[in-house]
Amino acid sequence: MSTAIPLVTVQAPRGGRAVGLLRGTGAAGIASAAVILAATVVAVVGPALAPFSPTLPNLALAFVGPTGAHLFGFDYEGRDVLSRLLAGAQSSMLGPLAVVIGALVIGTLLAVIAAWRRGMVDAVISSSLDILFAFPGILLAVLAAAVFGAGLPAASISLAIAYMPYVARVLRGAALKERSQPYVAALEVQGASATSICLRHIVPNVMPLIVAQATILFGYAMVDLAAISFLGLGVQPPAANWGVMISENQVGIPQGYPLPALAAGACIVAIVIAFNVLGERLFEQAQGAR
Amino acid sequence: MGRWVGPGSREASTAPLLEVDGLTVRLRVEGAQRAVLRDVSLAVRPGEALGLVGESGSGKSMTARAIDRLLPRGAEVSGQIRFDGADVMTLAGAGLRGYRNGVAMIFQDPRAHVNPVRRIGDFMTEALRTNLDVPAGEAYRRAADMLGQVGIDDGERRLRQYPHELSGGMLQRVMIAAALLTEPKLLLADEPTTALDVTTQAEVMAILDDLRREFGLAMLFITHDLELAAAICDRTAVMYAGQIVEVRESALLHDDPLHPYTAALAAARPDIAQTAHRLAAIPGRPLSAFEAPEDECAFAPRCPHARDICREATPELIGLDGGLSRCARAADLRGRLRPELAEGGQSDD
Amino acid sequence: MTDPGGPQEASREHQAGGAGDQPVLEVSGLRKEFGDLVAVDGVSFTVRQARSLAIVGESGSGKTTIARMIVGLERPTAGTITACGRDRSSPARSARVRRRRGGEVQIVFQDPYTSLDPRQTAEATIDEVLRLHHSLPADRRRSRIAELAALVGLDERQTRALPRALSGGQRQRVAIARALAAEPRVLILDESVAALDVSIQAQVLNLLADIRDSTSVSYVLISHDLAVVRQLTDDAIVLHRGVVVEQGPTASVLDAPQHEYTKRLRASVPRPGWKPRRGALLGAGKEPVQP
Repeated sequence: MSTAIPLVTVQAPRGGRAVGLLRGTGAAGIASAAVILAATVVAVVGPALAPFSPTLPNLALAFVGPTGAHLFGFDYEGRDVLSRLLAGAQSSMLGPLAVVIGALVIGTLLAVIAAWRRGMVDAVISSSLDILFAFPGILLAVLAAAVFGAGLPAASISLAIAYMPYVARVLRGAALKERSQPYVAALEVQGASATSICLRHIVPNVMPLIVAQATILFGYAMVDLAAISFLGLGVQPPAANWGVMISENQVGIPQGYPLPALAAGACIVAIVIAFNVLGERLFEQAQGAR
Repeated sequence: MGRWVGPGSREASTAPLLEVDGLTVRLRVEGAQRAVLRDVSLAVRPGEALGLVGESGSGKSMTARAIDRLLPRGAEVSGQIRFDGADVMTLAGAGLRGYRNGVAMIFQDPRAHVNPVRRIGDFMTEALRTNLDVPAGEAYRRAADMLGQVGIDDGERRLRQYPHELSGGMLQRVMIAAALLTEPKLLLADEPTTALDVTTQAEVMAILDDLRREFGLAMLFITHDLELAAAICDRTAVMYAGQIVEVRESALLHDDPLHPYTAALAAARPDIAQTAHRLAAIPGRPLSAFEAPEDECAFAPRCPHARDICREATPELIGLDGGLSRCARAADLRGRLRPELAEGGQSDD
Repeated sequence: MTDPGGPQEASREHQAGGAGDQPVLEVSGLRKEFGDLVAVDGVSFTVRQARSLAIVGESGSGKTTIARMIVGLERPTAGTITACGRDRSSPARSARVRRRRGGEVQIVFQDPYTSLDPRQTAEATIDEVLRLHHSLPADRRRSRIAELAALVGLDERQTRALPRALSGGQRQRVAIARALAAEPRVLILDESVAALDVSIQAQVLNLLADIRDSTSVSYVLISHDLAVVRQLTDDAIVLHRGVVVEQGPTASVLDAPQHEYTKRLRASVPRPGWKPRRGALLGAGKEPVQP
């Protein structure tokens, strides 16, 4: 009764599942992952890397062009742009990270509850999410700033609330599909609790989708937070932050000193593109693998 | 009416309508080119029904797709397929269109092969209107008539319906009717009744059989069910691991097979008329062509009759008693492959 | 009416040790409505210890709905279900009750490709169930997993494999092992061999017979395949459009069907020498719109 003939074995990707996932995204995906990795490292150690002080002004050097160690020159207050970029990476990356984590956790929770309970619970959750869709993130952030005062925490929380319906909408579909699979029914018949099935089976099986969503959302969050900081409602000067840098250096553009603002803008654009590319590739992979 | 009357199976000329000659197909499987069909040869005469039986990985569906030129991109094909003397693989343009009219395929899952947002009538008359330039009115009339032939009354109303309004059995009957509209010479039926209830299956099989004889069509009927193939096919071919291992007159196949695999397949099936203490199960599992050893008999590892001679080389197809067998010991084992039937008792393990 | 399988069937009853009269599953007046559609209408049957029952029917007969009601995945509109002496006419409210019921009646589904969590090895799947039903220390669990794997014919490599590395037949073996880990009295097989190749189906049918001999579990086999029904079951009920049209010992129902529908079903089975005939399908020309 036992099989005497060896099966053609499915080879596990070398280096584990994560590496295999990455390989599947192609050259563009790998390049994007490299960019993101570099930005993360800078975000973690940034302030220590900065060769010059990112916050001490020296008006005598305002808008002086690139010389020697000052690769991008000086900004409107005579601070070294490169140092400010490196120091600013922290808040520029941390903010979106908080937004993404918040949106994912709450969104996944609501999606799984809606998918598991179905019926009335699903209807109520879905309708509430539909209402939330009506509020653009920036509008919520402005309201939050008005109520709680400007700053990164308020901005991040309001964006997380604004993004959460998108996450929930996508994940609800995938969770519903998993929930109707026979293996979930088998576990129910076995008497496994709803929590256990959702956490140990449904969430892991929609995880590729969650990861793909996370990377896409990070890019959006970064742009939105930069815009909020640009409006003066997010990170407050003189703290270093790429969005703030665009705002405070924009006076230099018509004066013929575009470099500080553009450099900050370029950093944002590069990271957002990297996240978008990686996110889309991962998403395609997640779809293809089903 | 446009009914095409072809030669009946008895008066058929012996020149085959469809000839598959040494067909070998390789596909890219997990990074390497692997064989899914190995040296497949078969012939279908005009008006004749040939059954093609096999389990998973046997290559039966792949053979049908090769004949219908539906192989995936990047497939390496060697050998020839000839229809009415013409090389199928090199057909193009008008020749290919003529081929598609001459060979009609019926698939296992009708819903997957029908556009759900178009009406039945559109689907059925499409080939007539585009390939054969039949005016729309005439095409719809013929379609309604053909629906009647397959046992669907009220044809005009049905033609205006959408696929989701019909049950699986009805839709499959519609597919058969659609296939017959282009007056093909050969029907390629790939597991047409596998997804249907057994009573619906019996009905659809009866319709297929009736119409085939009435229109004098040849048929290649693909299935995993040995008894089903024997029911409406004159001859049956059995495939294993991408190769043809036996071809035999259907009436003789079940009780007097020429290859141990056929015998094992027939014996493994439970009997509706009696309970066996244990079924005669074949150890191991069915292999695909690329998993099977290349220089010995593919079935040898699982065969109760295997001897050294079976592992020396891949056996050739040899003629025996009007049939063909790819067993190195076919002559020795002749008549002895189903001993339990001779004794008239139940199979013991 | 001599059944050639007679001696084997008698010995099976003997093994039950005279307790073959105890019902392990009783269903009475079971009814299920989906809006206007009555899927199951007044179905009653009894499964006794160490005996197996077949529920025969085609699509739309209500057979899968009955199975789902018995294991608590569907709520009956009316009727009672009793298993191992305890009522389970409505789905359990708490996980604790569901667990207890899971230890009484288990189910193996038809499709081997979706009835296992694609991210769990066979070992982990069985382990999870063991932890649900028994409080065994890790080493005892490991040996129990090995026992169950051996019982269903899986070797070590297959036990540690993910579902995508296993064939359909092997996945069904894992599903059977998972069901047996709960040590149920009744195992519902919902077309569990229908999707398997003929040669694999024979292996799994033999396996099921072996398991029944060693554990005295009762099977409720839901199938449209009359030959499989004959091979594995003692009694049978025939369902047509939600109603029981015939019931009795499997051999009698198949050898001497009384009801028109059973006769037609029997006559539709391909076998050597069989020729399909065009007859009137029940309700032909008035095919229902698919629900």
